[in-house]
Amino acid sequence: MTLALYRIDDRLIHGQVVVGWGHPLNVTFIVLVDDEVRSSDWEQDLYRMGVPPSIEVRFASVDEAARELSAWEADPRVGILLVGDIDTAVALAERAPQVRRFNVGGVHHRTGRTERLRFVYLSEDEARKLRALAARGVEVTAQDVPTARAVPVGEFT
Amino acid sequence: MSDLRGIIVSHAAVAQALVAAVAAITGIEGALTPVSNEGCGTEALAQRLSDAVGRGPAVLFVDLPGGSCFTSSARYAKQHADIAVVTGVNLAMLLDFVFHRDVTPDEAARRAMDAGSKAIRVTAA
Repeated sequence: MTLALYRIDDRLIHGQVVVGWGHPLNVTFIVLVDDEVRSSDWEQDLYRMGVPPSIEVRFASVDEAARELSAWEADPRVGILLVGDIDTAVALAERAPQVRRFNVGGVHHRTGRTERLRFVYLSEDEARKLRALAARGVEVTAQDVPTARAVPVGEFT
Repeated sequence: MSDLRGIIVSHAAVAQALVAAVAAITGIEGALTPVSNEGCGTEALAQRLSDAVGRGPAVLFVDLPGGSCFTSSARYAKQHADIAVVTGVNLAMLLDFVFHRDVTPDEAARRAMDAGSKAIRVTAA
């Protein structure tokens, strides 16, 4: 198996990821790609809590992730790759052309963003970046939990 | 110093329901404030927490020992004095808390863990 889910979620590791996706996909590792979290032991401890011991959590900067991605894809186990925002997703996809898809799982309200879906709020700039990502051949869909419909990028940007 | 307040931080409407249950059982209102993570990213949840706490001291009662409610609460406690965090909130620990608020947040959090744990039992067949 491989990385079964590439997800953009501003909550990073949380219940929907660990339980909602983790259970049905039989996930045994999670890669959290975030430059800020990568540089803080305290933040890493925080995100590790609440993840059952059967799931390994790895932390990577965007640069490290771009280098390691092929190895994770070749891992016989099933994993999830998480980023916290659209800029990080774009940066990773630019450096690692193996990235073929991104699931928008949770981008929440902030000044300058408008509601696109119940769990997706985007600025015009972010919507444009997601469309550009899709135009480059990355499959971009929005879906909070596995039982929901995967909404194609054209419907929420 | 009976002004120590409890903030319940949960998924969906769990926090709200717990506040209502404590009020129904004890008649005490105003000691607890519910915060839901519904529709919240990290920043919005931090803002909701900040609004709920106001000027501390406070104990944050969090539903799970991981996830967005927990990470936001732990981060908030790290950045503010007089805030303690306890996870696995249940009705028993809240009922104990509202009658014992003349202690420090740390003491109240430990006491809550104790009261909450004692309430978890399997009844004999």
